[in-house]
Amino acid sequence: MIPNSVKITECMTSWVQLTPLKKVTTVKRNQPLYSKVSLGLKVGRNISTNIGSLKLERPTILASGILGISLDVFNRIYRAGAGGVVTKSLSKEPWEGYANPTIFSVKGGGWLNAVGLSNPGAANFAKIIEPNKQVPIIVSLVGSVENDFQFMIKKFEKCNVAAYELNLSCPHVAKVGLEVGDDPELVKKIVKTVKAESKVPVFAKVGLGSTDYLETVTAAVEAGADGITAINTLRAMAIDIETERPILSNKIGGLSGTPIKPIAVRCVYEISSKFNIPIMGCGGISTWEDAVEFILAGASAVQIGSAIGDNWIQIFEEINTGISNYMEKKNFTKIEEMVGRAKRS
Amino acid sequence: MQRDPNHPTICKIENVVNETPTVRTLIFSDMEMSQLLPGQFAMVWVPGINELPMSVMISEEEGKAAFTIRRLGRASTGLYNIGVGEKIGIRGPYGNSFTIKEGKLLLVGGGTGLVPLMRLLTFVKPSDDVTVLIGAKTKNEVFFDDLTNRILEKNQHKVIVVTEDGSYGEKGLVTDLVEKITDENEFDAVYTCGPELMMYKTVKISNKKGIFVQASLERMMKCGIGICGSCCIGEDLVCRDGTVFDGDHLLANKEFGHSMRNKAGVIEKY
Repeated sequence: MIPNSVKITECMTSWVQLTPLKKVTTVKRNQPLYSKVSLGLKVGRNISTNIGSLKLERPTILASGILGISLDVFNRIYRAGAGGVVTKSLSKEPWEGYANPTIFSVKGGGWLNAVGLSNPGAANFAKIIEPNKQVPIIVSLVGSVENDFQFMIKKFEKCNVAAYELNLSCPHVAKVGLEVGDDPELVKKIVKTVKAESKVPVFAKVGLGSTDYLETVTAAVEAGADGITAINTLRAMAIDIETERPILSNKIGGLSGTPIKPIAVRCVYEISSKFNIPIMGCGGISTWEDAVEFILAGASAVQIGSAIGDNWIQIFEEINTGISNYMEKKNFTKIEEMVGRAKRS
Repeated sequence: MQRDPNHPTICKIENVVNETPTVRTLIFSDMEMSQLLPGQFAMVWVPGINELPMSVMISEEEGKAAFTIRRLGRASTGLYNIGVGEKIGIRGPYGNSFTIKEGKLLLVGGGTGLVPLMRLLTFVKPSDDVTVLIGAKTKNEVFFDDLTNRILEKNQHKVIVVTEDGSYGEKGLVTDLVEKITDENEFDAVYTCGPELMMYKTVKISNKKGIFVQASLERMMKCGIGICGSCCIGEDLVCRDGTVFDGDHLLANKEFGHSMRNKAGVIEKY
């Protein structure tokens, strides 16, 4: 019982016992991580990669939806070793997203989220990243029709944007994301419009919806997309058996993390087998071995998201170093030599 | 199955204490949460309503912890209205904690910002001389003042309540008293938690006078684990790098005391 001002006299005698001296002497403050940010440049081999015309010094990229609303944070992640960052998906207007709970881990592995694409809107965000000089920023866009995308790209005219990534695959918001991706005709229109408007490469991020995702990829490729990001989270939910309720406020969300990795590897492999188009692999990458697996399946770079929740941002340097060591051991001199190597006969 | 800190663990509320007409303390059994460091927090799920970041309140009973909540918006009112026997979900613990110094200590708190400071008080040494300033708008919003006196029973200590309307304790702003008291005394450390402008002034005053100072910050939070980015302040994430930051570090941050991000991530001035 917590004593309030009325009840104090009856229960306060034990406060002295509550202050164990031993505890005082052993207390150590958890060190703040801001002092530990490294430059992420310790790797030996050249691990730069060309994702079509998008050239990055390192093949590890911050995935969309993760940590993506501040330029200061992007700079920090870049210094920590990421080759580039993908922003949160921007919409025409600011979106608050869903009420909490929006993110938690699934018992047994993986993460469930339904953040609801919260973002400050394209115009506000363009102001935030306008001072960007050094970070390859891939701006993720979400909308329902081609005009939404046209509108947003105009907002980024003054910004140093490395590429656009079209979110055709968020699985938990109505009328955007996966609902757009499931309509290959609409995908074609959007990609064509964005291609006409954009001076930088355009990637289509696909996921597994009700349409065969390869039809979505076909539509994007035919409309001139410069690359594909595969995959997004998978529609999923969790119910708490004590309270007998879904945990996410939106009830249904997207599953990410290690449980979806084999599915994502399969998709990258399939896309790489059927199309001659650069791919960014995404889905459950948490170790350098995972990253190498995606590259061998056909990805020219990998995006990292959920693993940051477990291992924080030093994961970029860990994976970069692991890839470099693997290349040395296997005698690869360029990432390119590894891309899609698992497909060889 | 083993407890997963990132998945809600369900706890039953065992007791509710009214602190003021708008503030309640909800007590539950949870060994892990009862042994936290001052500044650490949990994400608290109010089933069917919301989930919010909460500093974990101490309890005098072994193995128990609590949340002290002021009803304000939908989420906080939802937690405030949880009754005895009802269930909540808890993720965490998250965040770092105050660096505990020895000697002459000054704690400056306002409202539910007193919660991590109460936990900090349970870590002071018997030889420490502790001054606690509690700021509030008016008399019926003051709480934890008696509790503070009792925790510090065996220490040389002073508890000063400051109300804006003068209805209880001294009249004025608590930060005016910080200015005065740091002029008249030599403190070894200042700790603050409460409204950001109160913390900003306290940090600025203390830092200027060369006193070690730390503040425990609050921001909009969704994940609590450093992936959603909602709680960023400059390049720091309050959930992962904080909630406690050193004064030097904070004063170099152009957002501290000036702006915070809303639910959409749009920067709003204080």
